[in-house]
Amino acid sequence: MSSNFNKDRRTLSAGLIAFAVAAAIGTPSFAAAPATKTINTTGLKITDTEVYVGQLHSATGTMAISETGSIQAEQLAIEQINKAGGILGRQIRIIQEDGASDWPTFAEKARKLLVNDKVAAVFGCWTSASRKAVLPVFEKENGLLYYPTFYEGLEQSKNVFYTGQEATQQIIAGLDWIAKTKGAKSFYLVGSDYIWPRTSNKIARKHIENVLKGKVVGEEYYPLGHTQFGSLINKIKLKKPDVIYSIVVGGSNVAWWKQLKAAGLTAEKQTILTISVTEDEVLGIGGENMVGHYSAMKYFQSLDNPNNKAFVAAFKAKYGKDAVIGDVTQAAYLGPWLWKMAVEKAGSFDVDKVVAASPELEFKAAPEGYVKIHPNHHLWSKLRIGQWDKSGQAKVLYESGLIVPDPFPKGYQ
Amino acid sequence: MKAVGGFLRKHDLAGILVLAAILLVVLPLMLDLFRLNLVGKYLTYAFVAVGLVLCWGYGGVLSLGQGVFFGLGGYCMAMFLKLEASDPASTKIQSTPGIPDFMDWNQLTALPWFWQPFHSFTFTLLAMLLIPGLLAFVIGIAMFKRRVGGVYFAIITQVIAAILTILIIGQQGYTGGVNGMTDLKTLHGWDIRSDSARYLLYFLCCALLIGGVFLARYVLGSKLGKLLLAMRDKEERVRFSGYDVAEFKVFVFTLAAMFSAVGGALFTLQVGFMSPSFVGIVPSIEMVIFTAVGGRASILGAIYGSLLVNWAKTFFSESFPQLWLLFMGGLFIAVVMFFPNGLAGVLEQHRVRIGEWWRKCAGRLRPTPAVPLQRENHS
Repeated sequence: MSSNFNKDRRTLSAGLIAFAVAAAIGTPSFAAAPATKTINTTGLKITDTEVYVGQLHSATGTMAISETGSIQAEQLAIEQINKAGGILGRQIRIIQEDGASDWPTFAEKARKLLVNDKVAAVFGCWTSASRKAVLPVFEKENGLLYYPTFYEGLEQSKNVFYTGQEATQQIIAGLDWIAKTKGAKSFYLVGSDYIWPRTSNKIARKHIENVLKGKVVGEEYYPLGHTQFGSLINKIKLKKPDVIYSIVVGGSNVAWWKQLKAAGLTAEKQTILTISVTEDEVLGIGGENMVGHYSAMKYFQSLDNPNNKAFVAAFKAKYGKDAVIGDVTQAAYLGPWLWKMAVEKAGSFDVDKVVAASPELEFKAAPEGYVKIHPNHHLWSKLRIGQWDKSGQAKVLYESGLIVPDPFPKGYQ
Repeated sequence: MKAVGGFLRKHDLAGILVLAAILLVVLPLMLDLFRLNLVGKYLTYAFVAVGLVLCWGYGGVLSLGQGVFFGLGGYCMAMFLKLEASDPASTKIQSTPGIPDFMDWNQLTALPWFWQPFHSFTFTLLAMLLIPGLLAFVIGIAMFKRRVGGVYFAIITQVIAAILTILIIGQQGYTGGVNGMTDLKTLHGWDIRSDSARYLLYFLCCALLIGGVFLARYVLGSKLGKLLLAMRDKEERVRFSGYDVAEFKVFVFTLAAMFSAVGGALFTLQVGFMSPSFVGIVPSIEMVIFTAVGGRASILGAIYGSLLVNWAKTFFSESFPQLWLLFMGGLFIAVVMFFPNGLAGVLEQHRVRIGEWWRKCAGRLRPTPAVPLQRENHS
């Protein structure tokens, strides 16, 4: 049933030795493994040496290409935590389930993990649709979900921690930057047709019109998977916006950026800012098609800080030197660490206690630099503007201060 | 053999009793609530499969768009539940409280007119049956009266499935888009997520399914059933005998659509949400596969097929999260290659063989009957 991730015998025995040593020394301050019944009063699957967590992403189907990075990052974090002695003296064991890019399957597997397997926490979901599908399950069964993707906001649940950015964090600072550095006044909004791009563009439009005193000259949506952007590109050429603001998602990106380039809208001629392209997407689009364009993200693989250098090195050591790390992959990596810190602060795996201990927790070793959990279960984080180069990496041009997460922004609804 | 209840033969009744015993006694005793709830979900697909046995296995009308009707039934139920879950108190955080959350996200400020009647449960139940029924009726009239059939009909049903999916996803302010309608909670104040409700809904689902089996048997046992079979095997001959083939096809297609719709509504109740991922081409084809695995000419076979395929899907995906799709593909290829008539076909073959062996043994004791027993040809 379970796909135990830590198959590395040496790691396991190292962990056990550490545990045995801790037990042998036996002083209260060193007793890293408190009795199971005191740290688990709600019947979660925890033994004296192990704690089980769930991992619920799409390993198959159309979303697998996006979610694989998250799966890998979470497993890396858990491996590192286990090497460092686990949580409250317990090694983390993963029960991996496949959501198969199918929202009802996500709901089914979430119930399985919470009701049958009684996992202490779940790291998973990627699309908003899958999160919406599992949310009632987590609330009903009082589970704990760490959700990694940047998303539209308008949601806050006791049972979910959102380790990606909500829409205002990703949008407002980016628009301010492009308005200031490029003197942009007119914007053309483009997106895939579902809740995240629509909500994001709603926020962008309000900010452009009310705060930047600019003008939105067009707003268009295309179905997921759409590949014919010719007519849109013609319209854009007629309107000549200062900036194209792109929230085209997934596979459509390949056609979109290639057709932009073919139509002559290269970075020299047209400024484009996107909030839906990370290193993962660039791998598919091809760096040569993205040269000079801008992405607004909280994380880029090229971030120059010691935390990130260590993270990138560990990731590449485990998954190969060609592995790329996008924004969501980094956010997924935060999940297990934030959970560990909350459990240790609470001194318990009980969901209610972990939730109560989470607000204001700071994670200083985050690859993105520094994050802090807000009482609304989102993270304080920075926004960066990256400019893409031919190799598929971004040069970070701008970094904001820490931005307060605000999933229900006043004046933007 | 004497007919029981007018339309049921003895071994049919025995088969239904075995199914009822498995669903109502054995599974509830064997499985915990979580697994039982999953079986309940599988059974909602069995409704579609029974419908497909009628229209494909007997009527010869292959529909690759049953997801449309499953989805419509499910969406009708979901609209009612969503309205109940969106009372002003629990949606006060929205710009416009009292409307479903996805409408608020899409800047709607009032409930659209076609949502209004779904405040009524009676209307919802009627709509759940009649909207899919009517759609199937219209499609049926338009196609069969023009003698569109076979592959062309199958392709058109696929197109309809694709159109409806695009419509639902595109009109997200009215439908919830790709996310579907989520977070359904209560039915007239009764919490459908509680343990007792899950048990009750499971048994309701089983009862309705067994009722559906009786209905299907009744239809197939009647003269209409014989005509369907005749139509499937030699349509022209039936037409030349003076029957209007199109009318029978419209009827059986509409009936199959209503079966699917009931399944969809029960799905929404048991799973707690509805999304366009049940409407499209892929789920529609999956539903045909359930029927094919079970045996397209056997009502009970189709039910076991749905249970088996879905159970395999759950089992493989839990055991081999990375590889399970390959196993499923292998399973389908194996079934089609080795058991073209599905599991029911295998059983039927063996029943004949077992029967022969039994008669041979018995024949040594008693003289064989002068007239061989008449067997109904099911294949």
